[in-house]
Amino acid sequence: MSILTKIEGEFDSLLHHLNGKSGLAWNRLREEAFENFKKLGIPTVKHEDWKYSSLKGLEKYDYTLSSASSLSREEVAELPFADLEGLQLVFVNGNFSAELSSPLLNEKIKVLDFKEAEKLIPEVLNEYYGKGLDVEKEGLSALNVALSREGAVIHVPDHTTLEEPVVIRHIHATGQEHIRNSVHHLAVIGKNSEAKIVEIFQNIGENSSFTNIATEIFLSEDARADYYKIQDENDASFHVGTTQVLQKDRSYFYAATFTVNGGFVRNNLNLVLDGEHIESHMYGLYIPNGSQHVDNHTLVDHQKPNSESNELYKGILDGRSKGVFNGKIFVRQDAQKTNAYQNCRNVILSETAGMNTKPQLEIWADDVKCSHGTTTGKLDDDAIFYMQSRGIPKAEAIRLQLAAFAEDVVSQIKWEALREPLDILILKKLQA
Amino acid sequence: MLSISNLQARVESKEILKGINLEVKPGEVHAIMGPNGSGKSTLASVLAGRETFEVTGGSVEFNGKDLLELAPEERAAEGIFLAFQYPIEIPGVTTINFLKTAINQIRKYHGKDPLDAAQFLKLMKEKAKTVKIDDQLLRRSLNEGFSGGEKKRNEIFQMAMLEPTLAILDETDSGLDIDALRIVAEGVNQLRSKDRSFIVVTHYQRLLEYIVPDYVHVLYKGRIVKSGTKELALELEEKGYDWIKAEADSVSA
Repeated sequence: MSILTKIEGEFDSLLHHLNGKSGLAWNRLREEAFENFKKLGIPTVKHEDWKYSSLKGLEKYDYTLSSASSLSREEVAELPFADLEGLQLVFVNGNFSAELSSPLLNEKIKVLDFKEAEKLIPEVLNEYYGKGLDVEKEGLSALNVALSREGAVIHVPDHTTLEEPVVIRHIHATGQEHIRNSVHHLAVIGKNSEAKIVEIFQNIGENSSFTNIATEIFLSEDARADYYKIQDENDASFHVGTTQVLQKDRSYFYAATFTVNGGFVRNNLNLVLDGEHIESHMYGLYIPNGSQHVDNHTLVDHQKPNSESNELYKGILDGRSKGVFNGKIFVRQDAQKTNAYQNCRNVILSETAGMNTKPQLEIWADDVKCSHGTTTGKLDDDAIFYMQSRGIPKAEAIRLQLAAFAEDVVSQIKWEALREPLDILILKKLQA
Repeated sequence: MLSISNLQARVESKEILKGINLEVKPGEVHAIMGPNGSGKSTLASVLAGRETFEVTGGSVEFNGKDLLELAPEERAAEGIFLAFQYPIEIPGVTTINFLKTAINQIRKYHGKDPLDAAQFLKLMKEKAKTVKIDDQLLRRSLNEGFSGGEKKRNEIFQMAMLEPTLAILDETDSGLDIDALRIVAEGVNQLRSKDRSFIVVTHYQRLLEYIVPDYVHVLYKGRIVKSGTKELALELEEKGYDWIKAEADSVSA
């Protein structure tokens, strides 16, 4: 059965299961989104934004949607980041696992799974679910909005700090089957409130997983959020993820994306700066090898005056891996006194690895400071010889240099507990 | 200690060293002088093991070992140190971290336990004092944004830390004002000992006023065409290189 026929069947069955709730706004949006998806389909390299990233490989696998799988606590505890402090929400094959997760938070602050949220805070879903995403142009975003009934829903009311970080772990149990999942997280951070979120993606098993995920973050006035995304998926995996952020006046957003492993990865990070005196930071590190493919598309849309965005992405590419970086910065006519900085630096370690970079600045305002730069180069042979001449073996010299290269991004992590397991993961990859 | 015989090397298809012979005994200081393009820096690089240069003939024995068979890091572990003419900037790696890795790799090569952080810092403070280098500089990324003088001083500091048996200074005087030159020379002189030898590569005699050599050799067109004592350096300072060139060219003609 083709993937599209399967998806139609899944959507019909979803509508059936919604029994009676289909009149609610967010469920009406599903139907609209599904109509869009039928028109748009799964993107191909003919789409400008997908020129260098082909999803054709998906055809090789016969995916099962969100197949329930029972992983034991022990299996999950063995994975990196298992001990990370915080409210842990564990999704196995795209299904929320209450057993593997911390107790949900249902007080003034809500940290719920999607189905609980449907019962307890439907008004939040009504107001925010799918609202930030471009379901009219992005086929997979449309599909995500149509199909997702799993995810974390975080609601932090005004003047409140969510003290514990929210640790969202996506574990693909791909020992037996090829798994497809559709997950949608929603975080609504109230005025002058604060939250810290990390999403982690991992496989147990060598079969393919196809993750189509959307994370929407809404930051009210003076709100602050730190958002980390850590990808350590297997070589057969496909990952298409969109993190969509809407920022209001004086809000602060920090994102750091670490793609350590993954067969095919496409990350969209879209920031809409709908306010003044906003501060936004985007950091990324990707270190593909073998035949891994990592594509980062970022968009910062400066809509109002006096805001600042800052972006640094770095890549280390080995083997036959391919990297893509596309960084869009829009500065609207109203957005005077905008400061926007973007930088993408890459090191290529083999003759067969490749990197495509495309900064895309569209500036309609006249009093702005914008800069962008991309570099792609090899390791500096002179520097390696210099280190060798002091007694450091070549392999160690290379590793030291790569670690130093990555350090610009890694050192930006403000969450100490996250650094250690991440450092280990990165070091292990660089030694491979 | 070091015995170079008939050493030949080229870069791509260009022959640069055309048969170098040189004996260096423990504790000796040899100056290698010569006009630009004579092969002085190539000799220094070949001894340190730079891959850009291909050795096409001859041999180099260092403390009984075939030096040319060793990787650059093995040469360093065996006691060879090259002070670079243009020290490399390495962003993101502090001098401290760099040297700690280097020292512990060399210790590992000799089957010794690594120094712990406290032992290393003690050693570092001690050596920093002897070569008058600021602690703060060592906490910064290696050579990044350093002035020319700071870079050269950092080379001498690294030399003091690694305690080589043969130190090769490749035009360490280039780009230094007289004060910086004195500090660098003082650092080198403190490291002189009966077991440690130096090869000082320089274009000018100036450095040799402060680091007094036992022997002076003149390199021209890839060969040592004249050897003498420190007086030869003075003669070169006075008369320039032309008379040597003429002499050498008439012999080879």
